[in-house]
This record gives sequence, C-alpha cells and structure tokens, in this order.
Amino acid sequence: MSSKDMSFRDMSPWDMIRRLALTASLALSTTVISTTAASATLQVGNGAEPGTLDPQKVNGNWETRITRSLFDRLLNYAPDGSLEPGLAERWEVSEDGKRYTFHLREALWSDGEPITADDAVFALRRVLDPATANHNANLYYPIVGAREINAGKVDGESLGVTALDDHTLEIRLVEPTAWFVQALAMSEAAPLPEHLLSSGTDWTRPGVMVSSGPFVLTDWRPQDHIDVARNPHYYAVDEVALDGITFHAIEDPASALNRFRAGDLDISYSGVPSARFDWVQQHLPESLQVGPLLGSYFYMINLREGTPLADTRVREALNLALRREVITDQLLGIGQTPSWWYVPRAVSGAPDSRLAFADWPMEQRLARAEQLLDEAGYGPEHPLQLSLAYNTLDDHRKIAVAIAAMWKPLGIELELINREAAVHYATVRQADFELARYGLIATVDDAYDFLNAYASGGSAARSTGFHDEEYDDLVRRSSAELDPQRRRQLVGSAEQRLLDANVLLPIYDYVSVHLVAPHVRGWQSTPLDVHPLRYVSLKTQNDTSQ
Amino acid sequence: MTTDTLNQTIAPAGDSLGRDAWRRLSQNRAAMVSLALLGLMALACFLGPMLSPWGLAEVDWNAFSSAPTLEGWHLLGTDANGRDLLTRTLYGGQISLSVALVATFVSLVIGVLYGAISGYVGGRLDNLMMRFVDIMYSLPFMFLVILLMVVFGRNIFLIYAAIGAVEWLDMARIVRGQTLALKQREFIEAAHALGVKDGKIVTRHLIPNAIGPVIVYVTLTVPKVILLESFLSFLGLGVQEPLTSWGVLISEGTESMQTEPWMLLVPSVFLAVTLFCLNFLGDGLRDALDPKTR
Amino acid sequence: MLKYTLKRLLQAIPTMLVVITIAFFLMRVAPGGPFDGERSLPPQIEANLMAAYHLDEPLWQQYARYLGNLVQGDFGPSFKYKDFTVTELIMQGFPVSLEIGGLAILLALLVGLPLGVIAALRRNTGIDYTVMGLALAGIAVPNFVIAPLLALVFGVLLQWLPAGGWNDGALPNMILPIVALAVPQIAYIARMMRASMIEVLGSHYIRTARAKGLTETEVVWRHAMRPALLPVTSYLGPAIAGIITGSVVIEQIFGIPGIGRYFVQGALNRDYTLVMGTVVFYGALIVLMNLIVDLIYSALDPQIRYDD
Repeated sequence: MSSKDMSFRDMSPWDMIRRLALTASLALSTTVISTTAASATLQVGNGAEPGTLDPQKVNGNWETRITRSLFDRLLNYAPDGSLEPGLAERWEVSEDGKRYTFHLREALWSDGEPITADDAVFALRRVLDPATANHNANLYYPIVGAREINAGKVDGESLGVTALDDHTLEIRLVEPTAWFVQALAMSEAAPLPEHLLSSGTDWTRPGVMVSSGPFVLTDWRPQDHIDVARNPHYYAVDEVALDGITFHAIEDPASALNRFRAGDLDISYSGVPSARFDWVQQHLPESLQVGPLLGSYFYMINLREGTPLADTRVREALNLALRREVITDQLLGIGQTPSWWYVPRAVSGAPDSRLAFADWPMEQRLARAEQLLDEAGYGPEHPLQLSLAYNTLDDHRKIAVAIAAMWKPLGIELELINREAAVHYATVRQADFELARYGLIATVDDAYDFLNAYASGGSAARSTGFHDEEYDDLVRRSSAELDPQRRRQLVGSAEQRLLDANVLLPIYDYVSVHLVAPHVRGWQSTPLDVHPLRYVSLKTQNDTSQ
Repeated sequence: MTTDTLNQTIAPAGDSLGRDAWRRLSQNRAAMVSLALLGLMALACFLGPMLSPWGLAEVDWNAFSSAPTLEGWHLLGTDANGRDLLTRTLYGGQISLSVALVATFVSLVIGVLYGAISGYVGGRLDNLMMRFVDIMYSLPFMFLVILLMVVFGRNIFLIYAAIGAVEWLDMARIVRGQTLALKQREFIEAAHALGVKDGKIVTRHLIPNAIGPVIVYVTLTVPKVILLESFLSFLGLGVQEPLTSWGVLISEGTESMQTEPWMLLVPSVFLAVTLFCLNFLGDGLRDALDPKTR
Repeated sequence: MLKYTLKRLLQAIPTMLVVITIAFFLMRVAPGGPFDGERSLPPQIEANLMAAYHLDEPLWQQYARYLGNLVQGDFGPSFKYKDFTVTELIMQGFPVSLEIGGLAILLALLVGLPLGVIAALRRNTGIDYTVMGLALAGIAVPNFVIAPLLALVFGVLLQWLPAGGWNDGALPNMILPIVALAVPQIAYIARMMRASMIEVLGSHYIRTARAKGLTETEVVWRHAMRPALLPVTSYLGPAIAGIITGSVVIEQIFGIPGIGRYFVQGALNRDYTLVMGTVVFYGALIVLMNLIVDLIYSALDPQIRYDD
C-alpha cells in the first residue's frame, strides 16, 4: 500500500513542513482537475468502513452495497427491488418445488475468463464451509446437505448443487421453500472466480480481485474511500452509464449531511440526524428519500416464569398502554409507521394480522389496561416494577423515556438500563433481561426472518423462552407452501398467535432515509434497501434545464 | 543563601498556614465573587429543583422540544421528551458538581502524593512508580470500566473510582517533574541540613512550592472529569435515565444544536460559569498559598 | 545519559509485557463478544465463527498464541476489518494521524506558549483576562461541539474549506481538523504556561537576576523560560502520545482515515486483535514519550540527574 512507503520513522517535522508547502501549491491545481474529470463518477457516502469485500464475509448493507456492484448473482435486484435475471438468463422449478435448474448466460470474469456453473457450485460450497463462517449460511440450509456441511459433519462435495454442464446449474432442496430464490440474489450467493480463490489469499485487494458485475475494484483506502470502475468485460456493459463510483466511508450522519450540502456527495447512505430531519425536509425536499424498510422495532419480553411478565394479562396491559403514534409522530417524526403487528407491512405478501385492540380509542385501551393489571394484582398501591434494557443510542433513549412516562400513570415503575451495544446484545442472547429493545431487519423480502426468530431454536425464542408447537408448525408449513394465497394465510395465522399471546411489544416499522441529489437518475427507494447502481446515471450539465 | 530567604521559603508550621491563606484569599475580590457564585450554583442545583413546577422525569405531552417559553413555565425550554430543561440541568448539576468535586479531589490527592514521593525519593523507586504510571496510561480504559460495572454492578460511586483511576496520572507526572527540579534547590538542601524529616520536606516544602501548576491543572481537570462522566454514561456505568448530568445533557444537546440550540446552550452555560469561577478561585488560592510571597 | 536511555529502553520490554497481559485478560473477561450484534446468530453459525477465530480454545492457550505471534511481529488479522492485518491498518492510518496531530501540536505550541507568557507578564491586565477567558472557552467547549461547528461554518456555509474528507492529505482538507484538535491544546498550554511562568518569575533566583540589573526580556528568556517549561513538558509527554494517535471525534466528523477510531470502535466492536494492536502501539508511544520528557527535563534544568 502506498502510505506504507512513508514510514513515520523518517518523517521529521521538517519533512512535514516541506510536505505542507508542496500540498499547498498542488491544492489549487488538483481542485481544477477534479471538477472537470468527475463527469460520470458517482460520489456515494456509504456509511461505515466495509469490514471486507469478500461477498461471503460481508455483514452489513454498507458492505453488500459494494459487493453487489462488483458481483452479479444468478438473480439480481431490479431498480424496484424485485428479482430479475442476473448471471442466470432463466430458470425452472420442478413440479414438487424441490429442484431448480438455472441456465447461465455467456459471461466473462473481469480478467476475461468465462463464468461457468462450476463457479456457482464453488461459491455455494464455500458459503456453507464452516471455515468461511458466513453469517447468513442458514438461508442456504434448504439445500440438500447444507446443514450438515455447515456443521462440519460432511464435506462440501455432498452439497445438492451440481453443474450439469458449463452453463447449467441444478440445485436440489430438502423441501420446497417459498423464499429460497430470494437468498440466491444475496451477496453471499454470488458465483466466485474459483481460478483466483483457489490460488491465494488477499484476493479482495485492488489489482488482485476479479469480479463479474458491472464494476471492478480499482482502489481501496481504509477509512477513506473505495473506487470502482466500469467493468469492460461485463455482459451488459453498454447499459452501464457510470464510469465509476467512489464509496466514501462516512459514518457520522451529521458529517454526511454537511458533505452532501457542500456538493461532495451525490448520494448519502449515512442517514439524516434525527434532530435535523425537519430541516432537511424543508430545505432539501427534492433530495430526501424516505421509504418503508423491512425492519421491525420492538421490545422483546422475557416470558420465563418468575417475573410478572409471565402473566399474559400484564403483557397485554403493557401493549394496550403503549401510545405508538406519540412515538412515531411526536418523538421521531421521520415517517415510521406505528406497528400493531410484528412482520413489517412492507414485506411482499404481508398478512393483515394485528393486535386485537388496534382500533380501540385510547381511553378504552387505558381502561382495559388498568383492569387487566388490577386482575393481575397490580395498581398504584402495589406498583409493578419492571426493567427495560436498551443499547445506547439517542433515539432508543428517547423512546424508552417516553414509554416509561406512558406506563407511569398505571402504576408501572420502569427502570431504564442502557448499555453499550455489544453488552446489550450479549445480555439479550443470555436471556438476562425483562424487557429489551430489539430491531430485526429482513435479509430477504419475506416474513421468514421474522417468524423464524420466534420458532423453536430461533434467536428470539432462545432469548425470551417462547415455545409454542402449533406456532412452529405454522411457520414450517408457511415456509414450504408455494401458493401465495395459502401462504399468506399461514403466515398470518402464525403471526396472530404471537400477537394474541402478547409475546412482544411492537413499536414501529422502520423506514429508510437517504439523500439523493436531484441529478441522480435511476435510483429508487426499495423495502429491502437495495439500489442497483448499474442502472444509475447522472444528468450531465449539457442536458440540464434547471 | 541568607537566613532571610530561608525563613521565607520554609513555611511556618501549624494551622496559622490555613488561617493565613484564608486571610489572603478573602482579600482577593475575583476569588471571593467566584466562591460566592459557586456556592449559589451548588445551592441552586441541590435546592432549586424543589421550587420547580416540573419533576425530573415529568413529561409535558404538549411541549416536546419546546424553546424557552412561559407557557407551562419552561423557562429554558424542554428536551426532546418534553421534560423541563432547567429542572433537568439543575438535577444534572448535582451529579456533575459532586463528580467533579470528588473525582478531582481523589486525582489531586493521589496524583500529588504519588508524584512528590516518586520525584523526591528518586532512583529505583521513582523508576518503578513511573513505569506503573506508564502501564496505567496504556490500559484500555473502556474495558476497565465495563469490568468495574460487571464486578460491582451499576453504582454511582464507581464513577468516582473509574475517573479517579485515570485522572491522577497527568497530575502525578507533573508534580514529579516539579519535584525533580525543586529538590535540587538550596532551600530543600538547607531543610535537609537542618534535619527536617523527609515526610515533612515533601508536605511542607516540596508540595507548596509546586502548588501553582497543581492548582491550574486541577481547574483543567474539572471539565475533563465532567465530560468523561458522559462517556461512562454511554457505556452504561454513569448516570442512568431519568437521572442526568451536565456532560450527558451537553452530548445530547449536540445532536440537535443546529435546530434546538437551547438544549446545548443551557447545560454548557452552567458548565462554563462553573469553570470560570473555579479558574478565578484557583488563581486566588494559588496566590494565597504561595510560600514565596508569604 | 546514553546509558540511562538504553536502560529505560530495555525496561520497556517488561513494562509492555505487563500491559499486554493485563489488557488481554481485561478485554476477554469483559462481557460482550465480537459477534454480539443486532442480528443474533444461530448457534451453529456462531460456533463456526468462534472456531474460525480460535475463540473456542481455552483462554491461556489463546494468550500463548497471541504472545507467540507477537514475538514474530504478527498482530494478527482484524476481526472487523477482515481483509487487513492489524499491522496494515495501523501503518496505513498512523501517518495520517501523525501528520494531523503533529501539526496540531506544533500550532498549539506556537500559539499557546507565547499567549501564556504574555498573560503571565501582563498579569491581571485586560490582555491577561482576554487570553485566559478565551482559553477557558476553549476548554469548556468540548471538541464534539467545536468540530461540527467548524465544518458547518467554513465547509458548508462559507464554503472556504472542504466540509470533510481526506483527499490524500491536501492542505485545505487538513486545516479544519488541525484547528479543531489544536484549540483545546492551545488552551491547556496557555493556562499552564501562564501559571508556571508566574511561579518562576516570583522565585528568588529570578529576583536575584533582576537585582543584577538584567532587562525583563533577558530575565524571561535566559532565566525564566526553561524552568517555566517544565510543567508543560510533563503534560505534553502523554498528551502528544494521545494526539498523534488520533481522535475518534475529529476523524468521524471530518472523515480522516487515521487510527483514532480504532481505539474506540475496536473496543466497541470487541475487535480483539485490533484492540491489542492499539494497546501495544499506544503503550509503546507512552513509554517513549515519557522517556523523552525525562530527557528534556535534564536539558531544561541541568540540575536534574538520574542516578543511573
């Protein structure tokens, strides 16, 4: 790396002063050059520094945004977030829903080597290899042999994925799985250049990496920026409007807003500071992009015996007395939907299940809550003492404080416990809480992530002690049901069981908030928060009429 | 060296030192005004909330993020949760002032004694003590805090311990540096020659002569301590909702400083006034305690 | 003096070993692990991750492994920044932090020292009050307030300077972060310099020097300056180590690719190897800076000697 050449040992103050003088003299000339040369390079404020560019080790959208620009999958996301053919031109599903056949198009890696079905087999075996330690490997468990491979019991050869020939790929599933193709559009399912990976490490470095997508990696300065340029070998290279993209690592939303306003960024994915939202709405309305997101903000309830929360009447009272609109409208005010449900309504095929009292007026809810608490033996003379844990963040704090105030008139004394995130999630994992703030964001456009969390062995079930065999059965059947109508019913029944038992306190559905300059074309807000950059273009100065 | 200067530099023993210093301090108008203001500030923070129509955690559902207004008597506005900012700032002062007082005092006592002994004894002990300081500087503070929290639970006194554990280091280094220089001076050698005991030399001669930089550094420690406390709160060790402190209020206020500036300004002004007072008081104290001008 | 220096450098080895040992176990017994995030992982996947990073081994074995690698100069790969080794991350970020931090200290000394001396010489005049009032303001306003204000005013509203970004260390991009870093340091240095200068000017040997008929300038420069620098020097040792290793606040607000963020975020992410890397690096700097300070003491006051 270049900066390594300049070792700190030989950098005396005088060197620094000399360097200063040099940079000062260069400063003017570089600004002139950059304004003329920046024509079709998109400047993206990308949030945090990516931890890796290995498509199978990435973990957050600030990483997958880049890897999805570098690697095509069998199926890609279209600009509206739906699925479209990627490296697979077309595919068929067998009658029983257990065998997928993908027909790959003629395409090349960025080094000119052909992309074959073997590269896809290699990638799917690798994602399930325990040594890869992929975070989302469970999304591929429907494939025959996958679960055993990931547990290290058998080796990758036994995976139910076969290259029938160079351009035909067969994937066999254990049972039909409604959301499975969704998982194939994710970064981790991208075919990988076997000829490169089998020969060495450090393959994600600029100059080494070989990719299949619309862009190739050209530069990576940690904590600063990543440059990608149009891939001349891309099968649809003619449709790629951008010459390249610079992904700037900017984590602080306030700094991102400053740099967006200063014109340094065309798109900012760092969000908007919640305190500045109103201001942005007034002053940058044409740049503000707010849309529903597949995420649910809720409070987990520890259901284990021994606390008042094991009593369903208490849980229902807590749900009744929660004024969700006050939180979304007065406290946060950036367009989140108050949620009377658990599965976000933006999920495709979302059910219409909801808390029974969703439509009651507030007075009726409060009266009912008081009655329930009274029946359970609590009231102003015999206060109900509970604790709520949340990870330190301004908005989490505001919501917790407001909820404590809403419950107080019912004689509920809520102790607020904030912890640094790693400790918070560790205590949730170890079930060491009464009420805990939680946020679940979908990986696929489906109710699966949400429902599965409360099914036996799921993360929420382990944390809260929830166990309901009928629920498990509904979740299993919904996952295997391929008919959308019947599936929606099953999903709805499963969710309704959670809501009727008041096993969680839903608060709101997330929204995505991004800044996109008006001269950026071909970008739209999507519930999965994916925005394929190959379709993005910049309105050039010539055809501007503003 | 004349006997005259010896008399000057070797401070008289006994409580006349304290009485003498107080007499000098009370003649310093800026210091006395500052002292009075600090007293008022403390009084306001500890008694003021009783006069307020709003409680610490009481929400005004009609006034979220309200600017200062007479409506509902939010004289300095409300926070994002609709709680009265003046009331919260006064409550926050209770925490911040006591943390500042205790933690600064702890760091002062440990730092000054440690530094003076290390510098005065010198040699191998000095080396050992200073290497310990190096080690303390190098340890990752955050894990220290998280562990304290695990072992002792969430307890306000831990804040003092955690802050005291790191803040004395600078003080020890500074006092040691001064001591190294002072102990070579004639008046220390003279005290030696007169058979004054080591302990007395340190407390009666070395420390008083290093008092200037010490007092200034104490006044510099106070804002550091108050802001450090807000970092502890971030980790979950410091104050917890609904309690608050100036450091926490300031860092919360920063979030919305462009749209709701009062949330940042109110606690900042309280902090700034305290610092100015401490500064003048510190200068006055320094003059009052200076053995050379006595 | 050479012998003393060599001896101190040798002592750094056991000192660092103690630091490494305490830090390692401190970090590992603290709750929260590198994979405790919003997305709770299925047990099998968590087990795979633990195995991939050797976290499933007994703690003492991990400690031995770490020491073994460290002796060979290998800090290991970062947990969070998986494509880089800890050494690479520090070596790429440190020149940036050093440049910004070094210039900030230079600025702080060039401004803070003269201000402190002037305030001391014009004690209790308007100049003194103005300088000290400004210094107090610089201390009272934390950098997480100053930095965004600078970025907003000069970067967004006036557009005189970039609002952020490193741009390979172009001068305009460095000015605001340097100023934001220097402001509190100027204040500290000025305050301390004023106090120690007043202290020194009141001492007997300065009175003697005055009595000899030297001019005030000669008194200050020849006799008062060096002893008055002592407390500032003591303060600067650890302070410089802190400043040239970057500030997470400044780096995040101005988008500087330095190493300050690794100290805080490494710890928040439980990026064990990165935390250890920063601890070793910072510890070594502390040891070195405090050694330099001790050597400077002898230069400032020839009477200060170390026994051996």
